[in-house]
Amino acid sequence: MIEFRDLQKSFGRKPVLSGVTLTVKDGETMVIIGYSGTGKSVALKHVVGLLHPDAGDVIVDGRAVSTLDRAGLTALRRDIGYVFQFAALFDSLTVAENVALGLRRRNLDDDEIAERVREALALVDLTGSDERLPAELSGGMRKRVGIARAIALRPKYLLYDEPTTGLDPVTSAVMDGLMVRAREHLGVTGVVVTHDLRSAYAVGDRIAMLYEGRIRQVATVQEIQETEDPVVRQFIEGRAA
Amino acid sequence: MIRTIGRGAVAAIESAGRWGYFIADLGRAAADVGTWSRLLVGQMRRIGVDSLPVAVFIAAFTGIVLALQASYTFTGTVPLYFVGTLVGKTMMLELGPVLTGLALAGRVGATMAAELGTMKVTEQVDALETLAYNPLSYLVLPRVLAATMMFPVIVALSMLIGVCTGWLTSLVLLHLSTPDFIKGLKLFYVFKDTWFGLFKSATFGCTIALVSCRVGLATYGGAEGVGRSTTHAVVYSAVLILLLDAFWAVVLL
Repeated sequence: MIEFRDLQKSFGRKPVLSGVTLTVKDGETMVIIGYSGTGKSVALKHVVGLLHPDAGDVIVDGRAVSTLDRAGLTALRRDIGYVFQFAALFDSLTVAENVALGLRRRNLDDDEIAERVREALALVDLTGSDERLPAELSGGMRKRVGIARAIALRPKYLLYDEPTTGLDPVTSAVMDGLMVRAREHLGVTGVVVTHDLRSAYAVGDRIAMLYEGRIRQVATVQEIQETEDPVVRQFIEGRAA
Repeated sequence: MIRTIGRGAVAAIESAGRWGYFIADLGRAAADVGTWSRLLVGQMRRIGVDSLPVAVFIAAFTGIVLALQASYTFTGTVPLYFVGTLVGKTMMLELGPVLTGLALAGRVGATMAAELGTMKVTEQVDALETLAYNPLSYLVLPRVLAATMMFPVIVALSMLIGVCTGWLTSLVLLHLSTPDFIKGLKLFYVFKDTWFGLFKSATFGCTIALVSCRVGLATYGGAEGVGRSTTHAVVYSAVLILLLDAFWAVVLL
């Protein structure tokens, strides 16, 4: 279980998160939606300790992330796969080497690593792309490699940072399908940060809207679609005012 | 005025503190031998072998110019075999390590800062963290160790090339015989000339890599930030090389 407990974070004098409280239950996919620049990715980065909160904390399976030392963070990160907004693939490594990198850290033997890489690439429909470099891939393919890299670790949690941003509608739908497939295949708990509502409805069990540094509403997909909250309503209807 | 000085002092103390943390974290990262040792040889090749053409080019022309300038200075007052003395001493004590160091501050330092800076702004460094790697043991330690080990090798070759081109220049253009050049070369030679230059170059390599990696990992702001970090890495490295050069001269000579 992942719990955001009154999470607060500012950059300089600008408060980004002003007390985010949210619980992600085991086995569910929670989608965090919100306007651009409202701190969705910032909240997500606190889960793996990439950012340190000013106050509050994120609790993952009883572990307060901000209190963990490097060894504790390393242990925590072994349970979490993180899919970055722009994939964050290592330019100098091939697709297969990118997917294998996290596995090498786990002291698996070469056969096991090769098998897991093959399996992960197959799951994201990239079989045969092993030896290609990230520069030779399209944006959608890069994101799929990012997902393969995360799921190859067989994590307990998968965090997706804007997985469909910058993709055309068809490729976005493919990404949604992959996220659903990854969840069914691995049984992972997911947190998806996005402002793509179609994607949110497709992959989420529950949706939380982040607004002005706090969670405005948490509800099921259907409840969100029927919400009376004017702020959430305006966002999901895409009205300017 | 006082406020400006105060702000400057606070910034300097903060910077020193960050450097202290960086060095301490790097020391702790050294325990992760399995990670950095796998990457060390690749970095040694990139820093060492790939830098050789630049180093050889600089050393070759430095040796030629040194021999000609020595001859110009000595004509009529000092025996010409002192050309060998001047070429040898200068290449080993000063120009071999410092010119090579400055050239590699540009080549190696800029490469490291740009590479790590790009990795930082494209979240590759964050990705390493999420894959349970310590970026210091994966990215920084192999570079720092490789630079520290390979700079003396490159500088040793620079010294050799510089002395050889100085000798050839003396032979062809100054009509100085080989025995006379060698006589001059050996005249005031002590082994300290060699180890001093090589030791100095190891500290230059370590400094360039540390500064460039630190600056690269502190990059923010996209392409402009990468450009800024690259410039800073080269400038800081060059300044520190000159400061270290003076420091070692005071301490060791």
